[in-house]
Amino acid sequence: MGLACAIDLAQHGIDFIIVDDNNTVSAGSRAICWAKRTLEIFDRLGFGDAVCNRGVSWQVGKVFCRERLAYQFDLLPEPGHKRPAFVNLQQYLLEQIMVERLQALGHTVRWKNKAIGLERRADGARVTIETSDGHYLVEADYVIAADGAHSAVRDMLGLVWSGRVFRDRFLIADVRMKGDFPSERWFWFEPPFHSGGSALLHKQADDIWRIDLQLGWDCKPDEEKKPERVIPRIRAMLGSDHPFELEWVSVYTFQCARLERFVHDHVIFVGDAAHQVSPFGARGGNSGIQDADNLCWKLARVVRNESPASLLQTYDDERVEAANENILNSSRSSDFITPKSVASRTMRDAVLALSQQHPFARRLVNSGRLSTPTAHLASASSTRDRDAFNCALMPGAPAVDAPVQVAGCNASLLNQLGGCFDLLVFDDNGEATDALKSEFGSSVRVSCVSSGRKSNEHAFADAEGLAGSRYDALTGAVYLLRPDQHVAARWRTPSVADVRSALQRAQGIA
Amino acid sequence: MTLNSELNIQQPDDFYQALLDAHADLTDEQSAALNARLVLLLANQIGDLNTLRQAIAAARELI
Repeated sequence: MGLACAIDLAQHGIDFIIVDDNNTVSAGSRAICWAKRTLEIFDRLGFGDAVCNRGVSWQVGKVFCRERLAYQFDLLPEPGHKRPAFVNLQQYLLEQIMVERLQALGHTVRWKNKAIGLERRADGARVTIETSDGHYLVEADYVIAADGAHSAVRDMLGLVWSGRVFRDRFLIADVRMKGDFPSERWFWFEPPFHSGGSALLHKQADDIWRIDLQLGWDCKPDEEKKPERVIPRIRAMLGSDHPFELEWVSVYTFQCARLERFVHDHVIFVGDAAHQVSPFGARGGNSGIQDADNLCWKLARVVRNESPASLLQTYDDERVEAANENILNSSRSSDFITPKSVASRTMRDAVLALSQQHPFARRLVNSGRLSTPTAHLASASSTRDRDAFNCALMPGAPAVDAPVQVAGCNASLLNQLGGCFDLLVFDDNGEATDALKSEFGSSVRVSCVSSGRKSNEHAFADAEGLAGSRYDALTGAVYLLRPDQHVAARWRTPSVADVRSALQRAQGIA
Repeated sequence: MTLNSELNIQQPDDFYQALLDAHADLTDEQSAALNARLVLLLANQIGDLNTLRQAIAAARELI
């Protein structure tokens, strides 16, 4: 998450240093599933193609109960989106791509530099960094704490960390094999090969497969990590005709918890340092990237004195809202996978039993509700709709993708947006666009979407009509989008005063 | 919808007997499983979350 922040701040031209107490990208795989919204953020940060080309795309999940298929879901049944529902890529490969992107922007990570002290000051923070050659001090206007689940910065500030620890343990393993399993998420309740527990199989890049086996609270983690224990379990799962090598094994337990607030004056928490969830649903890594996406443009404005520091409060409000949503979904999945009482197990088993013949029960089966972005509908940044709109997109939600033509070439609408405030004007004759451009063109990028076929760099052709329908803009509309591509406001035919007031609200000036 | 506390079952004694018959010769564990499945099937038939919440609250009130 620190790397994502660094890349975003570099793109905003903000001066920073980034330190890591390790000497390399993370060992072991950890997060693997990157959701569509996160991939769109990666596009904005300049390495979306690298991730998608390297990783494995998927959108179908299958849930098995004992030997039979209980439930199947398709996370992106609709065409006309540049990015798939999910791409699986090992965290260390993603981090490698991000380190390279950061280098291309002229920055490097200070490896083996560890923050060991933090003194909060009225106008910033003084951080003590330890290296093998001794200590040094950094005077920072702001500190982003992206130091993970066991955040040292959190401890230095003595912050309260509260939530639920789940009394269960899982074996997590990455294995290398030439498998003929499809690139789908397969989850089993009580499979014949792993009695009494759940199991997960998921494909990653380079013929690496993620396996997750529920072991129960009473298992001995150190024993279960030994290859002589792990290998027979995995062989039972994959069958003897799939030879494999163990790449990485761990036994984990998890909690759903968060800090009460993520912004503490000049110290701001992102990712696992701010909030933690269970792994079922891929909500940890994705929400961390979305934290960075939400924070960096605000921080850049505050550091450049374009917005008051109170703009950072909207980071706190919006990402606490997202953390609550992620914790809620992730806790529900955990309660289904690991029933906490006899009654909850009875109810869970009833759902699984009914799912065979009764379609309604399939939707109750919960092996993880996969990460979707939070729509900040009540955010102080957003302007409430005055005009009627009839589409899933709402103020506060991230803009949706659609295929458009840009300068005669097929392109993604989202790839044209973000990094600065955008006014997206659905306008066939260009008059409204020209008027908004002459008023706001110096501070906001004004682009036009037309139903015609002519396009140039700032006039996109909605050749398939999908942008018009996804934005309910077939009869004209103006969207104001934030630098993180979230909708700040929208109208049918706004006045200059409407746009100015919504812009100031989103910038925290009003 | 609000929870209907007035009689809505057409032949109440027949229903009650059918419910007991379903549990005949079951172990406690099997009975609990049957009840759970029944709750889920009936809840889906009702559908409305507000009504279901009222039913859950009404059942819990008596504990």
